[in-house]
Amino acid sequence: MDVTFTVNGDRMRLDVEPRRTLADALREDCGLTGTHLGCEHGVCGACTVLVDGEPARACLMFAVQADGSSLTTVEGLEGQDSELHPLQEAFVTHHGLQCGFCTPGMLMSALHLLDNDPEPGREKIREEMSGNICRCTGYQGIVDAIEAAGESLREVDAEPAEASP
Amino acid sequence: MKCAPFDYVRASSVEEVVKTLAEADGDGKILAGGQSLVPVLALRMARPSVLVDVNRIPGLGSVRPVDGAVEVGALTRHSRLAAQTHHPLLAETAKWIGHTAIRTRGTAGGSIAHADPAAELPVVAVATGATVSIAGSGGVRTVTADELFVSALVTSLDDDEMITGIRFPQPTRWGFAEFARRHGDFALVTAVVTEIDDAVRITVGGVGAVPVRAEAGERVLADGGTAREAAAAASAEIDPTADLHGSAPFRRAIAAEMIRRALAQAGIQ
Ligand SMILES: Cc1cc2nc3c(=O)[nH]c(=O)nc-3n(C[C@H](O)[C@H](O)[C@H](O)COP(=O)(O)OP(=O)(O)OC[C@H]3O[C@@H](n4cnc5c(N)ncnc54)[C@H](O)[C@@H]3O)c2cc1C
Ligand code: FES
Ligand code: FES
Repeated sequence: MDVTFTVNGDRMRLDVEPRRTLADALREDCGLTGTHLGCEHGVCGACTVLVDGEPARACLMFAVQADGSSLTTVEGLEGQDSELHPLQEAFVTHHGLQCGFCTPGMLMSALHLLDNDPEPGREKIREEMSGNICRCTGYQGIVDAIEAAGESLREVDAEPAEASP
Repeated sequence: MKCAPFDYVRASSVEEVVKTLAEADGDGKILAGGQSLVPVLALRMARPSVLVDVNRIPGLGSVRPVDGAVEVGALTRHSRLAAQTHHPLLAETAKWIGHTAIRTRGTAGGSIAHADPAAELPVVAVATGATVSIAGSGGVRTVTADELFVSALVTSLDDDEMITGIRFPQPTRWGFAEFARRHGDFALVTAVVTEIDDAVRITVGGVGAVPVRAEAGERVLADGGTAREAAAAASAEIDPTADLHGSAPFRRAIAAEMIRRALAQAGIQ
């Protein structure tokens, strides 16, 4: 079946079997292997991407269902000149990752959280991130990173307009 | 794990769903949020030959207040249910379903149709005396939640039927409490207290194949007993099964405490 969607602003047109999950289509057909697959049944959160701005498990959607949608994957966080997104910076600084397997899903869930609530507080961060499992870090660093990223994103927003060229 | 092949039909109307399911003759499945069905397909516990995607059918995703109740369209996502303010008990309940990325996709109709004994919405459906609208080849019918839930993961829906909406009456008082190992996990026990037509109902999920009314507990309250006495009676009458997540006595004890908390939230001491 033909499907068309945009991923990180790029238009993609694919011919996929109906049973192809969105996660497999992103990884295998679009070559975007940043989206990871852990459990493939909705539990671990590694495959979380944004579908029309809302977080969704890419392993629980078929690619054909994304027809006409706008998707954001971890690759979409990269700024101009391969600059890291403030969230990614914060994960590096605060030991928010170790092996990195869970990180793409963590980043997409955290991005959605901070988009909706720039100052969530640690308890809400823990609650919102409960759908993403990490086998390495013990979560403390992840919570620290999201809290810090919230702060730096708020600073970016607060910068006066003339600061930009 | 990957799903076995299937034909995919993107339905644009309820009639088309019913027709496609009837033609599939028992081998078709509705795909709503996919949050329960896709894992089942991936684990190959089911191999339908046709999947009917209902996500793009217009008009089934809203929550509308009607006289003394709310009408919840089958395609209402859990996140939408959590954000609405017309039915506070439903809003509270929806917050407890899974995680954010599950709630953005999972639907009310899917949760009711899936009839997981640990799921929250079926408990609230029984607790409020909800009615479920169903479309099928034979026309449209309405059943009560009690009539719909037959056993664990089993409903009285026919192969060619689709839930189109659920009508949840408004309780005059309510309380909700659940116990899960971690936030977002399926509940071990869910207790819902509702006051409907001046009678207090105690409904418990996770302790049987379908949500159960704790009638002995309700009688204690009707006879003027305290919340603690009612909770004790309720936990004595339920018959939880032991599994990996907890023994029967453990579930009984947790149920008593969840019922007590739900009663307290409803203002019943
Ligand atoms: C990690 C994880 C955690 C979860 N935690 C919870 C939890 O804590 N509590 C909870 O309640 N649920 C939980 N769920 C399940 C979630 O709530 C599902 O959304 C819900 O059970 C099914 O809804 P759905 O729309 O995704 O249905 P689907 O998965 O699309 O369908 C489920 C079943 O219902 C049928 N169906 C769907 N819609 C209709 C309809 N309108 N008419 C007739 N049949 C229909 C399908 O054919 C299928 O058999 C969790 C899921 C995951 C992956
Ligand atoms: S791979 Fe999708 S949730 Fe684990
Ligand atoms: S960093 Fe290894 S799983 Fe999270």
